[in-house]
Amino acid sequence: MRNTTTRRRVNPDAPIISLEKVSKAYTAGIPALNDVNLHINRGEFVFVVGDSGSGKSTLIKLLLRELLPTSGKIIVNGTDVVRLRRRQIPKFRRNLGVVFQDFRLLKDRNVYENVAFAQRIIQKSNREIRKNVPSMLSIVGLAGKYKARPKQLSGGEQQRVALARALVNKPQILLADEPTGNLDPKNSWEIMNLLEKINDSGTTVLVVTHNREIVNAMKKRVITMKKGIIISDEEEGGYIDED
Amino acid sequence: MRINTLFYCIWQGFKNIFRNKWFTLASVATISACLFMFGLFYAILANFQYIMKGLEQGVSVTALLEEDITDERTREIGDMIARRSEVQETVYVSADETWEQFAEENFGSTDGFRENPLSDCAHYVIYMNDVSGQQTLVDYLRSIDGVRKVNESALTAQTFVGVNAIIGYVSIGIILILFLVSIFLISNTVTIGIQVRKEEIQIMKYIGATDFFARAPFVIEGMLIGVIGSFIPLIAVYFIYNEAMIYVAGSWEFLSQLLRFLPVDEIFSVLVPVCIGIGVGIGFIGSYTTVRKHLSV
Ligand SMILES: Nc1ncnc2c1ncn2[C@@H]1O[C@H](COP(=O)(O)OP(=O)(O)OP(=O)(O)O)[C@@H](O)[C@H]1O
Ligand SMILES: [Mg+2]
Repeated sequence: MRNTTTRRRVNPDAPIISLEKVSKAYTAGIPALNDVNLHINRGEFVFVVGDSGSGKSTLIKLLLRELLPTSGKIIVNGTDVVRLRRRQIPKFRRNLGVVFQDFRLLKDRNVYENVAFAQRIIQKSNREIRKNVPSMLSIVGLAGKYKARPKQLSGGEQQRVALARALVNKPQILLADEPTGNLDPKNSWEIMNLLEKINDSGTTVLVVTHNREIVNAMKKRVITMKKGIIISDEEEGGYIDED
Repeated sequence: MRINTLFYCIWQGFKNIFRNKWFTLASVATISACLFMFGLFYAILANFQYIMKGLEQGVSVTALLEEDITDERTREIGDMIARRSEVQETVYVSADETWEQFAEENFGSTDGFRENPLSDCAHYVIYMNDVSGQQTLVDYLRSIDGVRKVNESALTAQTFVGVNAIIGYVSIGIILILFLVSIFLISNTVTIGIQVRKEEIQIMKYIGATDFFARAPFVIEGMLIGVIGSFIPLIAVYFIYNEAMIYVAGSWEFLSQLLRFLPVDEIFSVLVPVCIGIGVGIGFIGSYTTVRKHLSV
């Protein structure tokens, strides 16, 4: 038993993420995703790798319901994403933590407010926010910098703020699109270790990355994409070289 | 929604004003400039109308009564005239009073006259609330038994109707131009602020913020900018108006009879609510429409 949420509508054994025959074409040309089938179970840690333009970010955007698929079925955390109404989207996203390569922090607010923001969205009381935010910040190792502005932080620190923000509401799933894309190896490892720690506590983690060294070292499930198709899906996989 | 959340949105709206200082400055300047022009124009227009009204009120019709008329018939005629809708005020001037006034103005006193040479000049002076009704009134007065003669004012009704129409067209024209200029300036200013807002709102929506939660602080910011942007021109117009009154009174004394200024209070009892209303309205519409464009994440 992990993540004992009160409103579990889902069979806990069903995949938390499932795509069936999903295609996405931006324009009339070649589809960015082509007939993709993918199932991820609760508590898994999954890397998604592949060439630039292979459709990794498109996959993340579909899971976030930023985009709708051209065809196919997508279930995330028990929700049929395609049939989700527009005004149900915010609530749906609150079960997903999301991290991007470019951090996407609110530039004019300090570290504390950036993390607190996620809690304000779900209407937590100030008392709870004052409790949860500092404890989340200390998990990512930024307890001492809560007053700093994003500009005053290194890339690694900014990404940890983004991670704290993504996790403070205790989401079931964490989606990360190249979270270490702008970081040096040391910071990349720190972020990855944090992601693994989060995964250990029960959160399903999906990481899109180009970081060959980390993928090969961590021995997780690796999904490799090419031109919108999943060309390999291995437990304890490695980074597949193309050339 | 929690009261907490509402306060947070309002508080963030306040903070946004200081976060985007240049945007705030540009928006406040734009709204101020438009409302300043509007305020000045309104003050001038209101005074012009006031002066016209004053002149109009000076317009009177005189109904001279028969010499041998009874006091009772005189009162009756007075009542009949006063009941007319276009009549604002009637003043009865007896033959003796007429003579005293005339003598006073021309010889200094009535000394040396035993009889009243103007004994047939008892009359009603009739002031109207609308000069355009002058002709009807004159016709009516002529039909009354006991009225000997009706004198119309030198300034004819036709003049006033014409001038008022011109003022009406000119004001509509100027307000239209001001309105178009404001829309143009404001839509330009708003585009400056779009980029910052676009990013922020997209981030908020990624984390699961509702449209309301992402939108409210920016809309409140816009309305606050509107309030600030309306106070500045109000204060400016207030000072300019006072200075102008003092200047005109001091420089053109000969005009002071004609150029009666409306008291500041009267101008501002209209201008303050209207300016704040327009300012807040512009701020609301401007920010709401801008922010709406960027909610589609
Ligand atoms: N908004 C868009 N409009 C049109 N085409 C798009 C759009 N976004 C992505 N594409 C196309 O879809 C394909 C997949 O793009 P996607 O961003 O998913 O790739 P990716 O695997 O994330 O690449 P990278 O590793 O460079 O981030 C690419 O060919 C890209 O050009
Ligand atoms: Mg990508």
